[in-house]
Amino acid sequence: MPQTQSEIRYLTPLSVDTKKKKYCRFKRSGIKYIDYKDPEFLKKFLNEQGKILPRRITGTSLKFQRRVAKAVKRARHLAMLPYVTDLMK
Amino acid sequence: MNHYETVFILTPVLSEPQMKEAVEKFKGVLTDNGAAIVNEENWGLRKLAYPIQKKSTGFYTLIEFDAEPTIVKILETAFRRDEKVLRFLTFHLDKFAEEYAIKRRSLKKNAPKAEEAPVVEEAPVAETQEVVEEVVENNND
Repeated sequence: MPQTQSEIRYLTPLSVDTKKKKYCRFKRSGIKYIDYKDPEFLKKFLNEQGKILPRRITGTSLKFQRRVAKAVKRARHLAMLPYVTDLMK
Repeated sequence: MNHYETVFILTPVLSEPQMKEAVEKFKGVLTDNGAAIVNEENWGLRKLAYPIQKKSTGFYTLIEFDAEPTIVKILETAFRRDEKVLRFLTFHLDKFAEEYAIKRRSLKKNAPKAEEAPVVEEAPVAETQEVVEEVVENNND
């Protein structure tokens, strides 16, 4: 019931987690081309298993997400990044 | 004319001169068909992220060239026929990639690693714009 909910009191004020606005790092820093030759940089967009992280986590814009994906796939083809792995980081 | 970039991995069982010879062969394939080689990089023996043909290392070579689209097919056929090649990737550079490639080249030129591999002056194959450099880079990450 809505009434009971409003009566809940907290000792410390609820920390309304201030959502940090995600941003596209490529747009912000003006990177236009994502190099597949730099696996260390591309690792920022992968999880521990070597999967590409979704946009909702990294905040990358759609345009650059496509380019990240392309770069990662090129790097995988050339054995600079693994297709599957455990504990990459 | 389009700008292309190709990277290929040679088997680690080759000796250094054999490896150089194979690279020359593919450069020959390009120049014979009227391509102008813009840049060449030898990344040396690198560890592979996963085994290819049961090999865990390989010699990486990058070649940038200007050519007609038909040449790509000829080059890739040559790669497929040669069993020394573990893997290859050839693609067309778009305008952003070209910008990046130019920047990368100039960076490399400004900070050449003197102690590594003698810089070999290329025969007048590519009389277009610049001298093709051969710089062995161990690690440019």
